[in-house]
Amino acid sequence: MSVLDDKVKSSVKKDLSNLKNNVKLILFSQEIECPSCKDASSLAEEVAALTDKISVEKYDFVLNKAQTEHYKIDKIPAIAVVGVKDFGIRFYGVPGGFEFSSFIDAIKLVSSGDSGLAQKTKEELSKITKSVLIKIFVTLTCPYCSSAVKLANRFAIENDLVLSEMVVATEFPHLTHKYNVFSVPKVVINETVEFEGALPEEKFLEQILKA
Amino acid sequence: MDIIFDVPQGLKVNPPSADNLYDVAIIGSGPAGMTATVYCSRKKLDTLLITKDIGGQVLLTSGIENYMGYQYVTGKELSDKFFGQIAQFPIALLSDISVCKLKLSKGNFSLSCGEKKFSAKSVIITTGKRSKELGVPGEKELLGRGVAYCATCDAPLFKDRIVAVIGGGNSALTAAIDLLSYSTKIYLINVADTIQGDPVLIEKISAAGGSADFYGGKKSGKVEIIFDSEITEIKGEKTVEAISLKNIKTQQIRQISVGGVFIEVGLTPNSEFVKGILHLNASGEIIIDCNSRTSVPGVFAAGDVTSVQDKQIIIAAGEGAKAALSAYRYLLEKK
Ligand SMILES: Cc1cc2nc3c(=O)[nH]c(=O)nc-3n(C[C@H](O)[C@H](O)[C@H](O)COP(=O)(O)OP(=O)(O)OC[C@H]3O[C@@H](n4cnc5c(N)ncnc54)[C@H](O)[C@@H]3O)c2cc1C
Repeated sequence: MSVLDDKVKSSVKKDLSNLKNNVKLILFSQEIECPSCKDASSLAEEVAALTDKISVEKYDFVLNKAQTEHYKIDKIPAIAVVGVKDFGIRFYGVPGGFEFSSFIDAIKLVSSGDSGLAQKTKEELSKITKSVLIKIFVTLTCPYCSSAVKLANRFAIENDLVLSEMVVATEFPHLTHKYNVFSVPKVVINETVEFEGALPEEKFLEQILKA
Repeated sequence: MDIIFDVPQGLKVNPPSADNLYDVAIIGSGPAGMTATVYCSRKKLDTLLITKDIGGQVLLTSGIENYMGYQYVTGKELSDKFFGQIAQFPIALLSDISVCKLKLSKGNFSLSCGEKKFSAKSVIITTGKRSKELGVPGEKELLGRGVAYCATCDAPLFKDRIVAVIGGGNSALTAAIDLLSYSTKIYLINVADTIQGDPVLIEKISAAGGSADFYGGKKSGKVEIIFDSEITEIKGEKTVEAISLKNIKTQQIRQISVGGVFIEVGLTPNSEFVKGILHLNASGEIIIDCNSRTSVPGVFAAGDVTSVQDKQIIIAAGEGAKAALSAYRYLLEKK
């Protein structure tokens, strides 16, 4: 059965009709012990089928160790959204519900390579010289979460050291437990800075610079 | 799996300019603000919309069954439809920002937050409401650690947990409904001795296996109602572990173990930034007359932030239209 209905397919098709550069959706999954891997795979394939600019590459999380390590994947299902280069944008869990719009947005972002952030934000981001890993825990019913994910993805576009991961909280209970996720969006940066809620650009940036 | 995707096509919105004197500045983009925007745009007013988010409280509603034209629509879908309708006009839009100050200057108005400053000949305030806090010990400390205000967002995180929902109105019932499919037990705690919410919502809880005795006040099923009780403390070391309740009739205090507390005790108006400038009522709502006029000529208000008694999407939308037309008339007379 198809994950996307015809109405969604037709709006996505329109939305992705002027992608600039090719995009690869690199899917990491496993046959067993991953109940949502099938949905993640269908989602990636169905989106890719809507334009010839998108292709899907699939790897087994365990068997294809080299790729898993190369893309720094540590749980599944995972989709790395890669454009002109790998900007470090990852989706862990199936990006359905409100997160589907972040996923489509990420495709457009990596295809254009243009973050659209304010000049001042770009300057601050370009000064970062150490790795910054932004984890954003979401639920698929949270209307505010996608704005946090979209913003973090834009930060990742600007500096290769900044990585942005969307994590569907309900799919990874051990992480939800570890990070005490009781409210979403919950953002964890480099294991040192944590906050809840979708912050505007300048405020989110401040938190990154603090980490 | 639900997929939510409805992008408005062919956006015409522009970034705002600090040098421009707009005909009208609309603050807030819920149903009232978005409807006002459509009406102002169709009158060809040079319109600025400044807002913290697009959608307002509608985003917090999982399903809406009383907005005309839709038997059922999700909050996000309705808000996207509203936005799609305003986005076809060449308005100036600034989102993700709150207006912190409104000032009268030389017969016009200035709106500012931090370094950003804009001016307009008239203003429509549609900043709506937000969840009220309980104000009990533990609430602030455990916020995001089990204390929650957005049931649609956070309900899935309380899978297999016992939770309490505080309140007895429609929001509390809606929160309980959102939690039904995740939590093992839901205490609905209300200070009054009846449930004030719509019977339709009560039926939904009963139908979904949460058969609670809404009128007798005793337990049965997944939802247990506790009447006449107020919360006195939320306890927990790292996360919520329990709540203390006081029965207001018997003064008896009891403790219940819960892993989460959803606070749905009503709403408070987002009117702080006009305190001392516009007349507010005792609840902090902006007082308006039947033509949406506030106590300051040129400033109009609509929707949940105002003294209009009932708070509903369709009412806020209608009031937004009225405020826009009043502002239009004001601008014509001013010319
Ligand atoms: C859980 C829940 C369920 C509901 N269910 C229903 C229902 O089924 N049917 C129904 O008819 N109604 C329902 N309501 C009520 C309905 O949502 C409100 O009556 C309606 O949204 C009010 O619209 P509004 O435009 O006045 O304000 P809001 O929707 O509150 O919008 C206010 C806007 O102002 C912005 N804002 C706030 N402060 C500032 C500031 N300082 N600067 C800039 N922007 C600011 C906000 O971000 C937002 O965009 C429900 C409400 C809740 C909370």
